[in-house]
Amino acid sequence: MEFIQDLMNYGFLQKALITSIMVGIICGVIGSFIVLRGMALMGDAISHAVLPGVAISYMLGINYFYGAVFTGVLTAFGIGAISQNSRIKNDSSIGIVFSAFFALGIILITRAGSATDLSQILFGNVLSVRSSDMWLTLIIGAFVILVVVLFFKELLVSSFDETMAAAYGLRVRLIHYTIMFLLTLVTVASLQTVGVILVVSLLITPASTAYLLTNRLSIMVVLAAFFGAISSIVGLYFSFLYNMPSGPVIALAATALFVLAFLFSPKQGVVVSKFRKMFKRKPVTSSAN
Amino acid sequence: MIDPITVKDISVSYDGNEVVKDVSFSFGPSSLIGVLGPNGAGKSTLMKAMLGLIHKDHGDVKIGNNTIDSMRKQIAYVPQRSNIDWNFPIIVKDTVLLGTYPKTGLLRRPRKADKEFAMECLKEVGMEEFANRQIGELSGGQQQRVFLARALAQKADYFFLDEPFVGIDVSSEEIIIGILRELQAEGKIIFVVHHDLSKVKSYFDELILINKELIDAGPTNKVFQSGNMTKAYNREFMIDGLEVSM
Repeated sequence: MEFIQDLMNYGFLQKALITSIMVGIICGVIGSFIVLRGMALMGDAISHAVLPGVAISYMLGINYFYGAVFTGVLTAFGIGAISQNSRIKNDSSIGIVFSAFFALGIILITRAGSATDLSQILFGNVLSVRSSDMWLTLIIGAFVILVVVLFFKELLVSSFDETMAAAYGLRVRLIHYTIMFLLTLVTVASLQTVGVILVVSLLITPASTAYLLTNRLSIMVVLAAFFGAISSIVGLYFSFLYNMPSGPVIALAATALFVLAFLFSPKQGVVVSKFRKMFKRKPVTSSAN
Repeated sequence: MIDPITVKDISVSYDGNEVVKDVSFSFGPSSLIGVLGPNGAGKSTLMKAMLGLIHKDHGDVKIGNNTIDSMRKQIAYVPQRSNIDWNFPIIVKDTVLLGTYPKTGLLRRPRKADKEFAMECLKEVGMEEFANRQIGELSGGQQQRVFLARALAQKADYFFLDEPFVGIDVSSEEIIIGILRELQAEGKIIFVVHHDLSKVKSYFDELILINKELIDAGPTNKVFQSGNMTKAYNREFMIDGLEVSM
């Protein structure tokens, strides 16, 4: 209750709330496609790889958005180039490229700024969101949602059956890089809220939770957005009340929702299916013994 | 208008090893063609190379005088079942509806008429009662029928099916071959990658027999004879005897 009152009173808290909700939503939306395309590791890679971009922007005195998007996209192409032009498998090329970018990022940041900057970027500090950050997040969010809504059909068919999509003339390579680009945008928007290290949690976990609960992609995307937003709000709440870094709290909130779905999902839930088996088996086992 | 498909000197290699070597053939309208050969003979690779889905070393595919790229909306491809993520959050009727996407085009949503047509296609393969099931809840044969329904929903003229008869039940197999026969009667050209030799004669009027190189292509009774089969499979065969099945 006190939190709601504070929310009314403090502008910085309102900005933090709006930003968190938007970040949760777009992470859930893009995360759904990342999960279904088996690109979780790629999500982790891109999020780490924006770090040198942030550092370079900081040195040049420009908005971190530009540098982060630049190194994010560079990573996506770098990974593609290595796995297509050598015998190195995709997961290894991801490991090679993103660890290099991340290492470079840490060195650049420690040279350029203070240690507090680094820890904020790594772990998130939602309470430090400024107006300009909020607007950036809202614009990115609107753009990402617009692209997904407009091209939902193409995203669906290419995620489900890429060969069929390519056979009828969809440009699946372009779709792949579009998703990588959107992923980079989402990561950049999430930097302040969850931080580089844990963006992957907000990308993968709410989408996986939704995946356990539905058989339709459209519903999965909406549920993932919802779970993402809830996790972000919880993160903000604890961050404000107990002065914790927001990223880890968000990650754990998302995990809690996942565990609930994992245990109790009507179709996929571990506990539910155990119960179902118990009730089904009973007559069989008694007659067998 | 259904034009003949002509393949000229297609070669494909992986890591420097040629897996398809200089394959050429041509088939006209109303053809149901089995693509036959031992494991690793490059059957699926040939099909994917024809469709431009993988890189060719050289070679050319024409439909009439047109390139494959300009004819894509007339092409329906059914992948091997093992290449599909059967846990994907999609239900049967929406899977079939994907077949209407090519002709719906960008930025448009499928309309009511598309949805009705998808249901018709689903009925044709006898799967309408499963319309709201998640695709992973079906048997192998049912899954294959749903994918055939999706191909039908594409209203294509040229069909490419990769191993549609692997691991499916007899009644699904009969339904599928029946529909392929109907498509053939409508003048369509259908390529089917296949490896069960026992049914070759009753299923296909024409064959492509390959083992990396083309062994022979043409009418089944010309291609499917012991000399060719020995060459393709590197072992003795008695066609029309009892040892046909492997």
